[in-house]
Amino acid sequence: MATQNTRTLARLMMAPSVVVLLIWMAVPLAMTLYYSFQNYNLLTPMNVSFAGFFNYQYFYTDPAFFQSIWNTLVLVLGVLAITVIGGTAIALLIDQPIFGQGIVRILVISPFFVMPPVAALIWKNMIMHPGYGVFADIAKFFGAQPVDWFAQYPLFSVIIIVAWQWLPFATLILLTALQSLDSEQKEAAEMDGANFFNRFIYLTIPHLSRAVTVVILIQTIFLLGIYAEILVTTNGGPGYASTNLTFLIYRTARLGYDVGGGAAGGIIAVVLANIVAIFLMRAVGKNLDK
Amino acid sequence: MARKVTTGARIGWSIAAWVVALLIFFPILYAVITSLKTEQEAIAGFSLIPSGTFENYVTVQTQRDYFKPFMNSVILSVGSTILALIIAIPSAWAMAFAPTKRTKDILMWMLSTKMMPSVAVLLPIFIIFRTFGLLDSRVGLTIMLTLINLPIVIWMLYTYFREIPGEILEAARMDGASLWKEIVYVLTPMAVPGIASTLLLNIILAWNEAFWTIQLTTTNAAPLTAFIASFSSPQGLFWAKLSAASTMAIAPILILGWFSQKQLVRGLTFGAVK
Amino acid sequence: MTLKTFLLGACSALAFVATTASAETLTIATVNNGDMVRMQGLTSEFTKANPDIEVNWVTLEENVLRERVTTDIAANGGQYDIVTIGNYEVPIWAKQQWLLPLEGLGDKYDMDDLLPAIRGGLSVEGKLYAAPFYGESAMIMYRKDLFEKAGLKMPESPTWEFIADAAKKTTDRANDISGICLRGKAGWGENMAFVSALNNSFGGRWFDENWKPQFDQPEWKASLQFYADLMKEAGPQGASSNGFNENLTLFQQGKCGMWIDATVAASFVSNPKDSKVADKVGYAIFPSKEGVSNHGNWLWSWNLAVPASSKKAEAAQKFISWATSKEYTQLVASKEGWANVPPGTRTSLYNTEDYKKEAAFAAPTLAAMQAADITKPTVKPVPYTGGQFVAIPEFQALGTTVGQLFSAVIAGQSTVDDALAAAQATATRDMTRAGYIK
Repeated sequence: MATQNTRTLARLMMAPSVVVLLIWMAVPLAMTLYYSFQNYNLLTPMNVSFAGFFNYQYFYTDPAFFQSIWNTLVLVLGVLAITVIGGTAIALLIDQPIFGQGIVRILVISPFFVMPPVAALIWKNMIMHPGYGVFADIAKFFGAQPVDWFAQYPLFSVIIIVAWQWLPFATLILLTALQSLDSEQKEAAEMDGANFFNRFIYLTIPHLSRAVTVVILIQTIFLLGIYAEILVTTNGGPGYASTNLTFLIYRTARLGYDVGGGAAGGIIAVVLANIVAIFLMRAVGKNLDK
Repeated sequence: MARKVTTGARIGWSIAAWVVALLIFFPILYAVITSLKTEQEAIAGFSLIPSGTFENYVTVQTQRDYFKPFMNSVILSVGSTILALIIAIPSAWAMAFAPTKRTKDILMWMLSTKMMPSVAVLLPIFIIFRTFGLLDSRVGLTIMLTLINLPIVIWMLYTYFREIPGEILEAARMDGASLWKEIVYVLTPMAVPGIASTLLLNIILAWNEAFWTIQLTTTNAAPLTAFIASFSSPQGLFWAKLSAASTMAIAPILILGWFSQKQLVRGLTFGAVK
Repeated sequence: MTLKTFLLGACSALAFVATTASAETLTIATVNNGDMVRMQGLTSEFTKANPDIEVNWVTLEENVLRERVTTDIAANGGQYDIVTIGNYEVPIWAKQQWLLPLEGLGDKYDMDDLLPAIRGGLSVEGKLYAAPFYGESAMIMYRKDLFEKAGLKMPESPTWEFIADAAKKTTDRANDISGICLRGKAGWGENMAFVSALNNSFGGRWFDENWKPQFDQPEWKASLQFYADLMKEAGPQGASSNGFNENLTLFQQGKCGMWIDATVAASFVSNPKDSKVADKVGYAIFPSKEGVSNHGNWLWSWNLAVPASSKKAEAAQKFISWATSKEYTQLVASKEGWANVPPGTRTSLYNTEDYKKEAAFAAPTLAAMQAADITKPTVKPVPYTGGQFVAIPEFQALGTTVGQLFSAVIAGQSTVDDALAAAQATATRDMTRAGYIK
């Protein structure tokens, strides 16, 4: 009886969130699906007609389509690599007995509080600008030719900016995990004569794997949707070098005002994102259940 | 500190940590410094010492009033966070203490609602907002931000609640405590840190949301993200003014983050710690 | 306790009722360019004279503003009473009946004073659909001191051949001076504005009479090759990310020998407060190619228009009439000096002695604007209007894509031939989809 009651109650308690999210998912998705089968350009609202699968075909045959998928993967994996490796390193560093640990931690997490467009503008104009940026000043100081970041390494530059924004998140989660590592275990390992390196390989890394999983999961969801940073810095170029899938949809839907094409792109993105998600869940789910 | 550390090692680690921390913080620091320079100084090459002019802040304030978007940012981020918590707490509680086989799937499904690219659903959402008269309204945007962040909020609370040992609840139940009492006297005190850090994280996410807050507002509900968009690249020299506007936009949340970082960190595990 | 607090929070969250605007509050969307920001600052002069009207400003960066306003108008959002749009949008929007014809500007407005080229671009079937706030063409701005040092003299009507030669001669890499600064940043309103005008002056065109893209023609090959070579030999570092604003900064800092861009830049580069080279700037007409008589036909104006969805059309026109009037020009002149008045809309401004005296760029600006003809922008016949753009709805997306391809050439990541082939393919694709190519 009690369990039955609890279960009913649990369902009731979950109901609002499930219903709200169901509506939030279903309504825009249904509308997007509908538009994806329409010839509908915002600027020529007189000629709306049924398009069949033409929008999908059109989006898929866009010269930038395959490169944009590749760029999306590079962007996500690049940022994940930097944030996970960098985050672990910084977490290990902060976990050491250092002076002013609190302040160091504050400084490290600060980028997380900066709005994405502001972060992109600061990096573009003050750090990476080939004429007036800090990097250019450093290069000039050493007598080197300043690097034109957004022209020569467009995708890499975007990765750097996004990684800077997400590094604090990774660091915090990894740091929390690190601090939960039993100090007794650590001491035991030390007594056994394990050096720092061995302790790291056999004790710390397995312990952090769960935290790394969480970082990857949460960040991937946000990183798949990145486009503001690209819009502010490279506008997807030069060529299609920094066009990711979301930016391609942006170009279709917002610059071309092609509602049908943008919707088709959105559906394609959702399908691809879900493939990634299922893939991720398989790997992550196991790790989380441990 | 259980381990013994030599002073030398401590100094070494400290120097390394401080260098890294300052490098990461540098872009923000440099923006603040640049905001105190004149436009000419701002592009004159690397310098950490500004002439200390407040002219940019005055210019920014005369061009566009700061107070109203600031208030909107506060209202939207706090409002949407409270709303999200109201919906999420019971849900996360149920998932954590009465899990079924499908709990994990439901959680993953909730997260997957974040995967629709916002640019693709803008027009449908815009039409819905127009139909219900929600364009440029704080109510509409509060709902929007709630929906966007709800999956993360539920996820965070769920992982936190799950770490509360079930035995304690059972013990309370054995004592004949009602569900209500169970929530108020047993669960709440244990859950407060998790709720607090969820609240803080969500305020940050809502404060920094820069797509819907710009696309769905004009004047009445426009928060600081829209304030920034009006300074982002005008004609002429603008870097110092942009820095001033940026500093004004991020300062409140930065300060909040700094003061509450302990609370923020405590619950920010996403189940990463077992 | 906790629940109660939450409930209270919920109530207050739901109580955030939007303040509905009172009957005569105008919501005006505008770009964050200097002249518009100035207009915003002077709004109190208008509201003083019209106490029953209040004004709310939505000031945004150009691209964000364009997206926002277009979505609102196309989806019938009805949030704006006045929008700031370019002469690219005006005819397209007017044909969709998204704009109200401006018939209530008042008797004193003197519509015939508007520059004919500008007025023509804003009228559909004889009706004015937007009032010009400021207008611009393109011209050469060059450093007289550097030219003198190199023994050069700017001819009356320079050719591209001369420009290329002069750019090489004034380039001084050791002192960080580039012979010429041109737009390279991808975008239909950035590099493509310049490249399209350049191509016009080379005798090229975007489309032939049947809307067939012309990137496979020799004119495009010649103009793009010329542009790429010129930027490589005499352009600044990072040219592929430079737009109007970046080049403006470079020129003001004395790092460019020449800069070919919008005439409105003249008031910035000649302003001693921001420009290190204010007293050394000379002006000349947009170049043409040896043997081709076409100077690019660049013409742009920022205009105020009333969306058809506005319920306050009368008050809105009152404001537009004020902001684009001769009196407004006088007002700016008296408060901020003649050099800061919005240029390029009215003939009377160019007959004002004070203006001619204070603004050295007045005569070359007027000459450039009078030389531009957007109804016949190219040497060969075309089915479209527009000089540095093509006035069809599809141009924004197409222009930006082609702009990306061309900026890759400037960045050294693609060849001229590859970029042109890709541009031809993507343009054919887009035009076929939009139904221009049957």
